[in-house]
Amino acid sequence: MSPGEFFLQQFINGLAIGSIYALIALGYTMVYGIIQLINFAHGEIFMAGAYLGLAAILLIGSIGPIGAAAGAAPALSLVLTILTAAAGCALLGLAVERVAYRPLRQAPKLSVLITAIGVSFFLQNAVMLSFGAQDRYVPPLLPVLHARIGSVTVTLMQGIVLAVSLMLMMGLQGIVYGTALGRAMRATAQDPLAARLMGIPVNRIIAVTFAMGSALAGVGGVLFGLTYSTINFHDGYLTGLKAFTAAVLGGIGNIPGAMLGGLLLGFLEGFAAAYLSTQWKNVVAFTVLVLVLILRPRGLLGERVAERA
Amino acid sequence: MGSDPTGILLSVEDLHVRYGAVEVLKGVNLQVRQGECVALIGANGAGKSTTLMAISGLVPPVKGRIRFSGEAIDRLPAEAVVRRGVTQVPEGRRIFPRMTVMENLLLGAGQRPDRRRIAQELSEVFDLFPILRDRQRQLAGTLSGGEQQMLALARGLMARPRLLLLDEPSLGLAPKLVAQLFEVIRRIHAEGMTILLVEQNAYQALRVAETAFVLETGRVVLHGPAAALRENPAVKQAYLGG
Repeated sequence: MSPGEFFLQQFINGLAIGSIYALIALGYTMVYGIIQLINFAHGEIFMAGAYLGLAAILLIGSIGPIGAAAGAAPALSLVLTILTAAAGCALLGLAVERVAYRPLRQAPKLSVLITAIGVSFFLQNAVMLSFGAQDRYVPPLLPVLHARIGSVTVTLMQGIVLAVSLMLMMGLQGIVYGTALGRAMRATAQDPLAARLMGIPVNRIIAVTFAMGSALAGVGGVLFGLTYSTINFHDGYLTGLKAFTAAVLGGIGNIPGAMLGGLLLGFLEGFAAAYLSTQWKNVVAFTVLVLVLILRPRGLLGERVAERA
Repeated sequence: MGSDPTGILLSVEDLHVRYGAVEVLKGVNLQVRQGECVALIGANGAGKSTTLMAISGLVPPVKGRIRFSGEAIDRLPAEAVVRRGVTQVPEGRRIFPRMTVMENLLLGAGQRPDRRRIAQELSEVFDLFPILRDRQRQLAGTLSGGEQQMLALARGLMARPRLLLLDEPSLGLAPKLVAQLFEVIRRIHAEGMTILLVEQNAYQALRVAETAFVLETGRVVLHGPAAALRENPAVKQAYLGG
């Protein structure tokens, strides 16, 4: 493998894991954008998505006719699994917002932050009690295939991760910047009081934002589980932290920023692991984060605070 | 919707509002008739803006009633008040700075998907404020203060309200712009809009309105035809600079 090919290989690896970070980072940034809350439970929603995906895979396999059909058409079972996790996580996000955050809308930010940490523990333990504390094996849904360009390998799973993430991000962008719902979301983010005066049902818009961000994290969870083949109830912690980092790197509150931040973090990790050592990848990634924030405290695409004349 | 035989569109009865331990409104009574422009004047902190906030459903009254078209609206959430036809143009304009002029206007039109009606409202609003037609793709935060106030007003009109609440529309505008703004308000009113206008600029407010209420520390202390209040010695001394 030539140095050029080696670089390209790491680029592709970074792109795949970076897309997963980006999917999760979107949820952090959307929620922060709309209610200025760092939703520390978001990593756990991602983890729950991975487990919901696992449950869906096992269930699909266990129901005879569906299992047979799905076995014959792996793409179908992939779609079903992704939809299950997305829908389940959307509901979970709605429930968390309704039960834990909405009652604290007028409370000091610190109370909400601590509540978020509490929710995070709650979800971890709920998953541990339901699925066990040990690593769980995620059976592959798709045949293990790959394409080779020279000596550079792209696995089918990497291709799927990229395609699904790209589709979701484009879809999200379309909703946020091209629909009345997206307009209401942005209005609520910029000035909730003025949004209410325009007749926007602000609480419902906030709930929808949670649901959408959680659904994206759920899909990220499925892709994560299928990529690494094992999942653990602790997985939400580090991956969630990294996705949060990605959101900050891109400029928290900024949707394209979260996508960019996720991809960048994936590349950084990939290159650090390849050219230094895997033990150094997190050190390198977080060092770059610190440097970026020293030089650009708002993040790469962070916006100035809203100007009010 | 049933209209009141007496012609009263909005009535505020014995309205009490409290912020924590502070009672801001201590029994406000006022009425706005269909087609009328009513001025609510008073010093800073008298409770003018709070009265509008309560009407819009943004602060809950501790006591009292607010009726619109005969229906009690004081327990409704803000979006339901807007849906019934009460639109507020808030103090400080509060346009959405990182959205285009067009997006701001569309937000004003509400959550209705009726494209034809929105197109018609847009053309009416652009006739009233030609500058906004030229600037429709521009980010609202880049408009000048005067243009932002025009946008805020236009955004409010997009909802086609039955009652327009204006909170300190002239605040922070240069004198020439203030005159322009009141010209626009006069025109909107002449076309039939019912308006409740909160203003510190009592001089202008009492010229455009037919009726006025004077608020002092959370109570209406004086009310009557605007022309009469303009000549009232107490009003002259307190609000019209002697």
